[in-house]
Amino acid sequence: MLIQLTEEQKMLRDMAREFTRNEIAPRDKWMDDNGFDWDLCKKITEAGFMGANIPEQYGGGGGGIVDTTIIAQEFAKGSASIATFMGGHWLASNLILENGTEEQRQKYMPEAVSGKIFAFGLTEAGAGSDAAGIKSQAVETEDGWLLNGSKAWITNSGVADYYIILAMTDPEQGTAGISAFILPKDAEGLAVGKFEEKMGVRGSATCELAFNNIKLPKEALLGVRGKGFKMAMQTLDIGRISAAAVCAGISEHAMNLAKAYANERTAFGKPIKAFQGLAFRFADMYAEIKAMELLAYEAATTKDAGGRCTLDAAAAKLFATEKGIQICLQAQAVFGGNGMSKEYDIERLVRDIRVWSVMEGSTEILRMIVSGTVLSK
Amino acid sequence: MKILVFVKQVPDTDDVRLDPRTGNLMRDGVQSIINPFDANGVEAALQLKAQCGGQVVAISMGPPQADDVLKKALAMGCDESVLISDRALGGADTLATGYPLAKAAEKIGDYDLIICGRHATDAETAQTGPIIAAFLGIPQVTLVDKLSVEDGFAICRRLLPDRYETVKVKLPALVTVCSEINTPRYPTPINIMKALKKPRAVWNAADLGCEPDMIGIPGSPSSNKKIFEPPKRMTETIFFQGDAEAVARAIADALEAEKII
Repeated sequence: MLIQLTEEQKMLRDMAREFTRNEIAPRDKWMDDNGFDWDLCKKITEAGFMGANIPEQYGGGGGGIVDTTIIAQEFAKGSASIATFMGGHWLASNLILENGTEEQRQKYMPEAVSGKIFAFGLTEAGAGSDAAGIKSQAVETEDGWLLNGSKAWITNSGVADYYIILAMTDPEQGTAGISAFILPKDAEGLAVGKFEEKMGVRGSATCELAFNNIKLPKEALLGVRGKGFKMAMQTLDIGRISAAAVCAGISEHAMNLAKAYANERTAFGKPIKAFQGLAFRFADMYAEIKAMELLAYEAATTKDAGGRCTLDAAAAKLFATEKGIQICLQAQAVFGGNGMSKEYDIERLVRDIRVWSVMEGSTEILRMIVSGTVLSK
Repeated sequence: MKILVFVKQVPDTDDVRLDPRTGNLMRDGVQSIINPFDANGVEAALQLKAQCGGQVVAISMGPPQADDVLKKALAMGCDESVLISDRALGGADTLATGYPLAKAAEKIGDYDLIICGRHATDAETAQTGPIIAAFLGIPQVTLVDKLSVEDGFAICRRLLPDRYETVKVKLPALVTVCSEINTPRYPTPINIMKALKKPRAVWNAADLGCEPDMIGIPGSPSSNKKIFEPPKRMTETIFFQGDAEAVARAIADALEAEKII
């Protein structure tokens, strides 16, 4: 499939690129040292990115998956942390968009557009990929639900205004007993732990959440009881496409840093780019980044056309995250000893790319999805 | 209120090189952008529209690819665009540029305010805006860093080298704006999606009713004799040593030798 961006998508890419260069990239090192950047979040809201995925009728940008993939990729060229933040927000707001009642959409979508932050919570200390193992439980009461349990490694936790929480409503039914709930940050009984000291994407917030007898109204249930896991898996397809594009963005950033260094650093009387052993790394990096892009945008185009893209999205993320880690390491090697120093941005990128092979479906889970489908055909 | 904003496509100034042989700008591989001061002009127009209501029309003259800056103006929030494009307009100096732009303003008609950037970052003449005003026979206020409109007048604060000057001018008028006036907004995704559905006209010299001897090279009384890069100023750091008096004397001698004092 030939990926052809529309005129509007090219404009969106140029705008996201300009915004990244002017506003995001200069803040990435600060975020690595200090965590979430509220000022930058405000600028992202003002520029209309928070609701880029949300239809115009709710005040959003009316963008499809290709559009948000473009934004995610461009943002990742300036900051993996911001790409992580946006991915988490879009994923959670998409869940309401796709599965919410009209009333829920009318309540929450304008909030997502206007800068309220959304987060999606599946993972717990003892369960992530093995979703059937989650222990958080929501018990139906006369006037709503009673939520107990905890979550871990939730992107945007600690800064989010709303959480979409997966909890067992019918534990005996495994994943078919999981339902989704909309949880506001000020719910009585919600405890947010301290920010995790992560290796990478340190500008995106991650905390533990504890639910202690949280009373939720009936309308906090998102979608159909027992369909929480299925809803999450469908939305994760979009998250995986975005993750693949983000890895392409981080990889391109790493390659460009290495390119600049290969031009300025000399050894044995010439710039190090003149050595073929080093130059060939760039050929491989370039080819692999192009392949990452094509896989991501093909899956995005399929999804926008209403097709099923679970296999393609899984394959795109599997390829992009694994190659991305290798590319960042290759780019770091170009810097020699300097690549170890925090003075050079490449060191941060090596740390930032690592998480992508873990979140939104680990490499092993993706291999299970892809191999299972391939072998069954 | 109808506001016209003139915008120009210029090479990204971070990246401009001159061909050492011909002296012309080397445009190959150089990214083109909206003249930064014109982006301030668009922002000023959109802010006025937000306050007073009305319509903002963005106008540019240039080759077909100049439409890119108009698309950006539309995505920022302008209501309509007009691209003036014709080979006969090529090679124009500022006079032969101001003339067709003024003709375009006349053709659109009923304008209250025309906004231009203080100058374009490529040629830096700062003449086109004033020339448009002269052709139209309307007042002009240049170097504006604060702008408001009330009761048929524009209140303009001018940023002069040593002071501010506030001018009250009857509309219709033309103003040129400085970068200090505002920070141009980013086009939002929703406005990008809407941009290309807005009215976008393309006019040639005949559409504007231009006199053939007033446009392009025939209409340009001035031409560039030579374009050259200013010699790079080399700076040298000298460290003086000794006690305060000796250092002061050495600095004074050095400044005298350089004819600075």
